Amino acid sequence: MSPLESMRIATRALGANKLRSALTVLGIIVGVAAVVCMVSVGAGAQAEVSEKIRTLGANLLLVLPGAQNSNGARLASGTQPTLTEADAAAIHRELADAQVAAPLLSRSMPLVAANKNWVTLVAGINTDYLVAREWQVTNGRSFTNEEIASGAKVAIVGLVIVEELFDGRDGVGRTLRIGNVPFTVIGVLDKKGLGAAGRSQDDVVFIPLLTAKSRVLGAVRGTTREALDFISIKVSDATAMSKMQQEIETLLRQRHRIRGDAPSDFRIENPADVLTARGAAVRLLGILLISVASVSLVVGGISIMNIMLVSVTERTREIGLRMAVGATRRDIQWQFLIEALILALMGGLVGAVLGGAAAVAIAWGAGWPILISAWAVVLACGFSGFVGISFGVYPAHRAARLDPIEALRFA
Amino acid sequence: MSPLLQTIGISKAYPSGATIIQAVSNVSLLINRGEFVAIRGRSGSGKSTLLNLLGLLERPESGEYVLEGQAVAELSEDKRAAIRRQAIGFIFQLPVLLPRATALENVELPLIYAGIPRPQRHRIAKDALDRVGLADRGHHWPSQLSGGEQQRVVIARAIVNDPALILADEPTGALDSRTSDEILSLFEGLHLDGRTIIMVTHATNVADRAQRQITLHDGRILRDEGTSTQSSLTESPQ
Repeated sequence: MSPLESMRIATRALGANKLRSALTVLGIIVGVAAVVCMVSVGAGAQAEVSEKIRTLGANLLLVLPGAQNSNGARLASGTQPTLTEADAAAIHRELADAQVAAPLLSRSMPLVAANKNWVTLVAGINTDYLVAREWQVTNGRSFTNEEIASGAKVAIVGLVIVEELFDGRDGVGRTLRIGNVPFTVIGVLDKKGLGAAGRSQDDVVFIPLLTAKSRVLGAVRGTTREALDFISIKVSDATAMSKMQQEIETLLRQRHRIRGDAPSDFRIENPADVLTARGAAVRLLGILLISVASVSLVVGGISIMNIMLVSVTERTREIGLRMAVGATRRDIQWQFLIEALILALMGGLVGAVLGGAAAVAIAWGAGWPILISAWAVVLACGFSGFVGISFGVYPAHRAARLDPIEALRFA
Repeated sequence: MSPLLQTIGISKAYPSGATIIQAVSNVSLLINRGEFVAIRGRSGSGKSTLLNLLGLLERPESGEYVLEGQAVAELSEDKRAAIRRQAIGFIFQLPVLLPRATALENVELPLIYAGIPRPQRHRIAKDALDRVGLADRGHHWPSQLSGGEQQRVVIARAIVNDPALILADEPTGALDSRTSDEILSLFEGLHLDGRTIIMVTHATNVADRAQRQITLHDGRILRDEGTSTQSSLTESPQ
């Protein structure tokens, strides 16, 4: 008998019990969907992490203020304003591998331009920060040393600001009010995309640090005019990263007069390491879920075997009849094997579609690139086919071994 | 008059609990082409087992079986299956049809295993349905057909591969007397077409419709009547 004929018989037998067939392959569907979804999500998350690391700027270290001890309770990191511009300058001056050490002070502020307003992060920097982040000004220009030194009222804006306040048109030369202080826009920054916190890095306004301290942010902060949010350090060589961390630690402890084993009032972070660790965590979770999904595939195979055994018993008379009219044992075996295979492959296909859809939904929700891994689909479908064959062999063998006389007598 | 099949001392026994039942015991039989033979006997006389042996559904434990000049007792399973689909048509007591296939598709079944392409299959199956008077019922499901009609579909399936031998096991056993009569008339018609039919029955009035009656008792041939009329019948049909 031709394979096409076997397939026709098999699909008809499956179609006769649609609900049962659907329930039978549920395990396979869930397993394949989970594998395809997890592999795709893992790939997407990985791509997102690489992209974030890329936009971070190479060999970047952050020094953040530490936690404050208040009546014995340790408050959150950043509550103690300990970092100053002098610290940044000292790092740059005394540590050879510190290519730049850029101070930054920021706060969320309302912006007004003409009749539009927008609330965004306003950060006081000097040009070193843009060097550390490898961030280019694509339109207009960066701050001059004179503007930095004198605290000029000039601003460099991100693309989101251009979009929100200037209707996407070039904002260079326009006036922007931060709080009540008017600024002139002198440059627009290159696009960076989403940052580590999942917030757009392009939703930002940069002004000279001195301007920020004296006219915009210093006034509302109140504690000390010297306090910084963090210092960004660009290390000249990737191999010097951990050595730099130690050196900064030693230098700042010295400068802050921290003795012996007292805790530091600052901490040093390698943001690329943090992102890499997060990526690894996502991947580990993915691998864990894939192993769970594989169990579901095996369970799915068992349920196929179970239903095929029931089917062989139910159709004993049919098998006897087919043998009586001249079907060989091989014909019968193939019929049931193909039935199991079609069941499993259908499950695999439906599962791949569902898993792909779930991966797209997750990627869309998380803002990751959508990466449906083709090899995951092929592998999952191939594996489900393998499951169908291996769990179909025994029922098919049972069917083929039936004695036609006994089978025909079976009521 | 050419012989279609010959058995020489075939036997078949079944274990039944602790004892062994000798279902068919040393049966030698010669059946010519074109004969209409009834095998009769009480239940347990071994008549169904003999029919299954003749239909290659079972293997004899001893003895020879020659069908169309070929010794078939020792052939492999696949070869026996091939002979079943080429040379033998089966009719069972209960009309065994695939419930999820139409009458026409049921008739086509042996042709599928014979590897005949679809369009040709349809045509041959339609002709067979036509022969049993169900030309217009091809697209009905078995559940939509009466018992007699179902049995006709089975007969159409048995003749669709143009077999040398038609085997019927109590073909009227589940039918009322009027429908039985229709089915037996159909057999007589097939006999007149020149087909060889072997029919198992326990009912005398059914057996009497055949030209030759073989009576079995405890697995042995008790009587073999009507053989002499056989030659004259096929030469000059009524």
